[in-house]
Amino acid sequence: MLGRYALAFSMAMAASVVLPPVAKAQDSLYVPLLTYRTGAFAGSGIPIADGMHDYLEMLNQRDGGIGGAKIVYEECETGYTAQKGVECYEATKGKGALMYNPWSTGITLQLIPKAGVDKIPVLSMAYGLTAAADGKTFPWVFNPPMTYWDGASVAMKYIAAKSGGLDKLKGKKIGFIYLDAPYGKEPIPLLEMLAKESGFTLTKYPVPGDKMQDQSSQWLNIQSDGPDWMIMWGWGAMNPTAVKEAVKVGYPMDKFIGVWWSGSDDDARAGGAGAKGYLTLNFHGTGAAFPAIADIKKHVVDKGLSTLKDPARLGENNYNKGVYNSMLIAEAIRFAQKKTGKKAVDGADVRAGLESLDIDAARIKEMGLEGFMTPVKVTCDDHSGSNAVYVQQWDGAKWVKVSDWMEPMKDKVRPLLVADAAEYAKKNAPWPVRTEPCGGR
Amino acid sequence: MFYREVGQFKSTYAADMAIFPIRQDRIGIMAILAAAAVGVPLIANDFVLASIMIPGLIFTLAAIGLNILTGYAGQISLGTGAFMGVGAYAAFKLASAFPQVNVIVWILLSGVFSAGVGVVFGLPSLRIKGLYLAVTTLAAQFFLDWCFVRVGWLTDYSSSGAIEAARRSLFGVAISGPEATPLSRYFVVLGLVVFLTFIASNLVHGRIGRTWMMVRDMDIAAELMGVRLLPAKLLAFAVSSYFAGVAGAMMVFFWLGAAEPSAFSISLSFQVLFMVIIGGLGSMIGSYFGAAFIWALPVLIKFAPNLFGVEIQSATVEHANSMIVGALIIFFLIVEPHGLARLWAVAKQKLRVWPFPW
Repeated sequence: MLGRYALAFSMAMAASVVLPPVAKAQDSLYVPLLTYRTGAFAGSGIPIADGMHDYLEMLNQRDGGIGGAKIVYEECETGYTAQKGVECYEATKGKGALMYNPWSTGITLQLIPKAGVDKIPVLSMAYGLTAAADGKTFPWVFNPPMTYWDGASVAMKYIAAKSGGLDKLKGKKIGFIYLDAPYGKEPIPLLEMLAKESGFTLTKYPVPGDKMQDQSSQWLNIQSDGPDWMIMWGWGAMNPTAVKEAVKVGYPMDKFIGVWWSGSDDDARAGGAGAKGYLTLNFHGTGAAFPAIADIKKHVVDKGLSTLKDPARLGENNYNKGVYNSMLIAEAIRFAQKKTGKKAVDGADVRAGLESLDIDAARIKEMGLEGFMTPVKVTCDDHSGSNAVYVQQWDGAKWVKVSDWMEPMKDKVRPLLVADAAEYAKKNAPWPVRTEPCGGR
Repeated sequence: MFYREVGQFKSTYAADMAIFPIRQDRIGIMAILAAAAVGVPLIANDFVLASIMIPGLIFTLAAIGLNILTGYAGQISLGTGAFMGVGAYAAFKLASAFPQVNVIVWILLSGVFSAGVGVVFGLPSLRIKGLYLAVTTLAAQFFLDWCFVRVGWLTDYSSSGAIEAARRSLFGVAISGPEATPLSRYFVVLGLVVFLTFIASNLVHGRIGRTWMMVRDMDIAAELMGVRLLPAKLLAFAVSSYFAGVAGAMMVFFWLGAAEPSAFSISLSFQVLFMVIIGGLGSMIGSYFGAAFIWALPVLIKFAPNLFGVEIQSATVEHANSMIVGALIIFFLIVEPHGLARLWAVAKQKLRVWPFPW
């Protein structure tokens, strides 16, 4: 008898586990946000999550959503781990997710094969698989405004400009310190190719993921090798540690360039006064002096709707990255609405929207982001766009733009990228052949 | 009263040594299997299958593997994550080199490679015991971790350093790769885990299992009784690593779909070790309980507020999750230091004598 109760009880338990199908509210746009506010990468993840959240909330408050449809967003904590990332994906995809922003190269790699099957595009803004910029092979994956290889090429361009030309790089020693994970290893093929072409030597200093906060051995090696320039591909706790160590061993900070993910304000602050001069790449403005950010302050922060703990951090570098990402989400949806004439678009529509994304100067001004960014254009062939990047320098309290917007070496990057995409498709055979029409569903 | 074996006579040795000597247990296990094979697919949705059932079963298999080594043979190991990785990389290499052979064959064979690696790292166990052995298995963990990152051949020189599950099917139904539905993956995982649990259960209930337990309880006495320690311990390492390797291969092919080296880090080893300790050392059912507790419970807590329409920030839930699970671990270990399996045994005994308290 008790057994029967136990059975009934367990059936009831099992039934309660089954999630009810979420009724899709009329004219709403569901965007899951895979964020990480916990774990070793929370330092980088929190301001980004705040920025993404606040921009979407601002659109809801100011404009009532996008094109009259309210944005329903939901954060899911990934902790930057693949296990939880997949869990979040499975939990949210059934609710009519319009697109995924994995915020982790590892999770992106897992979602790439799934995107085409589930018909939900993946937007990995300036991270993820570089080869995904080849729209012919990866119709469902987008990585605007530029790829890691574009970024690495701009870093080399900046070094060349400071050294007096590309031909002056011959015989120079360039060190590359990176997180020993798919993310950190991404730019290596391009740097190696450039090293061969220009005749500089590339020395690699990998930092294992579990030793991010202990880089003394790497920096001792750097001290003894004495590279002319250092390039860094770091994330999370690796960045402030590297800046601190560089200051400690007395490496010249104005010869130390980080990728755009190594440029959080906290990363540079960690080095104290000695961090002055530290350089990073960037693809958007920093600070709060933009009309759109002012709108966030007015409609979200001042109303107490923000997730930001300290309002003074509005406009910091990583916060603005979150804003930029949400801007891309919103614009992709806007283009999808324009294309289909529907208010409530679906994943396939948003794919078409992303593919026809064309944010020109007029639109940038209209969004209140003039000076924040340069125009972004995505085509069916090129899902990244190889857009311009600039170099910024830490002046001890804030980031200062020290170079013009520089175009990546697209002629070098593109062939490498197409070859890599073909290689990926070959390794993962049978990789589906693209059937989606250009800019359509 | 509910659980009495009165009147069940055994007339053969085989019946006496059966894994489930009591009729109620046999009926129970059939009911559970039927529920898992028919009930769960009928009522569970894709999320429950893909995020709770599949990983839960895969972790169960890994926990069974570690339980054989730690719970039955008494050898502590912190290298389970790395052994799972060996299985995963072996299955990836085999499946990409010989795509015409069914992937299930390769998954079952991949365990052989991790068994080999396990034996090599198990060699010191003859001289080193207890916590010191844990340190040598820790060395295995770090060394293999290093290999996964550094040896390009393992990933077919992929620029991202990650391995991806190939698209494979069984009888025309996709079982791995992005097209595979959670349901088809669940059936494959369930089948493999039940089959391998059956094998493991037979192993530990037989002569081999008894030698392991003798070694665990007192290895000198075991030696005097005629147990050869080296083969016994190495066999435990081999079998344990085999199960871990198959679990690792299944993790990539049927659950995650792709894995970077960090997926097989030390934290995975600890995750499995906690499952074994919470579930109960030296118990098959304990491995199931442990995996359910350590894997499924946090997932349920994470998505529970959503189910009831409560709006809580996901990070807050995550912090609360760590606290709740941590507190429960302490609670269970205080109440029952021998793990959930012991609670189960106590419950069975209570049912047996009910309504009398003794």
